[in-house]
Amino acid sequence: MTDRKSFYLMTPALAWLTGLMVIPCLLILALAFFRRGTYGGIEYTFTLENIGLVFDPLYASIFLKSASIAGLSALIAVIVGYAAAYAIAAAPAKRQPILLFFAVLPFWSNYLVRTYAWIVLLNREGLIASIVHSLGYEGELPRMLYTESAVVIGLVYNYLPFVILACYAPLSRLNPEIAEASRDLGGSGWTTFRRVTLPMTAPGIATGFVFVFVLSIGNFVTPALLGGGQFQMIGNLVYAQFLTANDWPFGAALSMFLIAIMMGLLTLQTFATERASGARQEDT
Amino acid sequence: MFRQLPRTITAFGIGLAFCATALSAEGLVVSNWDGYMAPDAIDAFNEASGNSAELVLHGTNEEIMGKLIASKGKGYDVVFVSSPFAEVLHNLGLADELDHAKIPNIANLYDEATKLEHDPGNMFSVPYAWGTTGLCFRSDLLSETPDSWMDLLAPSDSVTGKTTMLATDRWLLAAGFLAKGYSVNETDEGKLGEVRELLIDAKKTLLAYDDTTFYAKLVSGEAELVHAWDGWCNYGIGENADIKYIIPTEGSDLWVDTMVILKSSENKDAAYAFVDFILDAKNHGWAAENILYKVPNEPAMAAVPADLIATFPNMGMTPDSLVGYEQLRDVGDATRAYSRIVSEIKAAN
Repeated sequence: MTDRKSFYLMTPALAWLTGLMVIPCLLILALAFFRRGTYGGIEYTFTLENIGLVFDPLYASIFLKSASIAGLSALIAVIVGYAAAYAIAAAPAKRQPILLFFAVLPFWSNYLVRTYAWIVLLNREGLIASIVHSLGYEGELPRMLYTESAVVIGLVYNYLPFVILACYAPLSRLNPEIAEASRDLGGSGWTTFRRVTLPMTAPGIATGFVFVFVLSIGNFVTPALLGGGQFQMIGNLVYAQFLTANDWPFGAALSMFLIAIMMGLLTLQTFATERASGARQEDT
Repeated sequence: MFRQLPRTITAFGIGLAFCATALSAEGLVVSNWDGYMAPDAIDAFNEASGNSAELVLHGTNEEIMGKLIASKGKGYDVVFVSSPFAEVLHNLGLADELDHAKIPNIANLYDEATKLEHDPGNMFSVPYAWGTTGLCFRSDLLSETPDSWMDLLAPSDSVTGKTTMLATDRWLLAAGFLAKGYSVNETDEGKLGEVRELLIDAKKTLLAYDDTTFYAKLVSGEAELVHAWDGWCNYGIGENADIKYIIPTEGSDLWVDTMVILKSSENKDAAYAFVDFILDAKNHGWAAENILYKVPNEPAMAAVPADLIATFPNMGMTPDSLVGYEQLRDVGDATRAYSRIVSEIKAAN
């Protein structure tokens, strides 16, 4: 394809992204450097106050809390998702598309509906509780909904398909002869997995982990619904600055750091993937 | 140059946000909460007055305030907001000074509703609905009838984990202020600190913070005692007669939702006609009978059937008893302190 042709083909997508995403995001970020008016408007005097406030122990602790919830969710999603992807890749070739189809099926329904479904399942008078009670258990169950675990469950559930797809891609491309060679050379099943399969599919794992982490750390719907508003994540804080505290400049400052974290991680992950695939090419 | 740039940026942003409204801004634009007036109110008004009014919705006071402040009120003619926000619109010079001659039905308001703390004489706002914030509970599940804010903030063991509190900054803090015997508009740093500690302790006993589905949690039995606006408690009472509403002995706030005409309105006559139309006893009575909120309209409340008041006793609260409670007022810069304390409470473990 000529350069000119690819330029024309890319123009609509680039214009769309620039006009409707990059520019509005920059406008919001620019607000971080102005003052909030007494009644929530914006006073156009330059200040670094909002940026400084992000490092206030209160807000820094909310950042750390969000990172730990997102990290835990990403870790669980990677373990569960990798196992599922491994099983799918090991299934007969004919059955793989069907299994993949089921794995991504939840994606076809609305995020909010899927999250509400967990409320129906987990609440004190919910489906799980009524099943347990109908089996004869009389006592009170430990609280499941409106806990940190419920938030992690919701995040893992919602983003699991990303991990399955990200891990399935390298697993399915893996040449089975390599694993056979390892076994021929005396490697046990576990050693083969640990020394051969896992390193070769690491970029998929990294992609899955970063995706879940990035999507989770900024999420505000799941903590609001499954956390009962008791676990404030950074997304909730940004939401509150824009929609309840009417402090757009501080909301913008928080968003700026959130975006910086996400971009940093995605860049790292891209470099890592490139290096891994580069290394593999050199090997062959 | 540096002073011009931000303005250009804002103008561009506002332009984007408002071109949708501007395109259709020929008729009157009314912004209200979803379901807060009769579904056919706008059509009935248009038919009666020959206007082409349009209803737009906002989810929260803060949402509509953000838009109004950004656009200096342009794009809207009449907005429904709670009284502290009406005050802000007035302080910013965005609210029109009302010409009562153009609102003959304003005579329907209770005398008490014309002397409200936030706007005595209805200079810039007309009250639409009013009520209290208290405790809504399952009388069949609680062993004792609650009568204090401390019953919610430090519940007995059997109720722990079965209570919810409102999440909106002002009302969440108001529960703490009232429990401590402070003004609901307290700004003293020391007292704010005490309330923060009280509410952090209360958080450990909560099922959840909930502004929108607390009555459903009572109906399902998931919660037994919730912090609620009287009108919303009525939705629970409507589904389960064992649900009751009380105002704790320490008191309540008086919340007032109001109608404000924007100074920048280019359809002032129609805007006045709309406010007058809503204040008509029949139209205003619709809100009382269907949304189960008290309205400050004497003939409208007089027409509310006795059995409705028997079912929902808080509908029978008199204007006289309502104005005995303190209204939430605009607290200016302290809004930031409020918002920070709420963040601290929510971030606490």
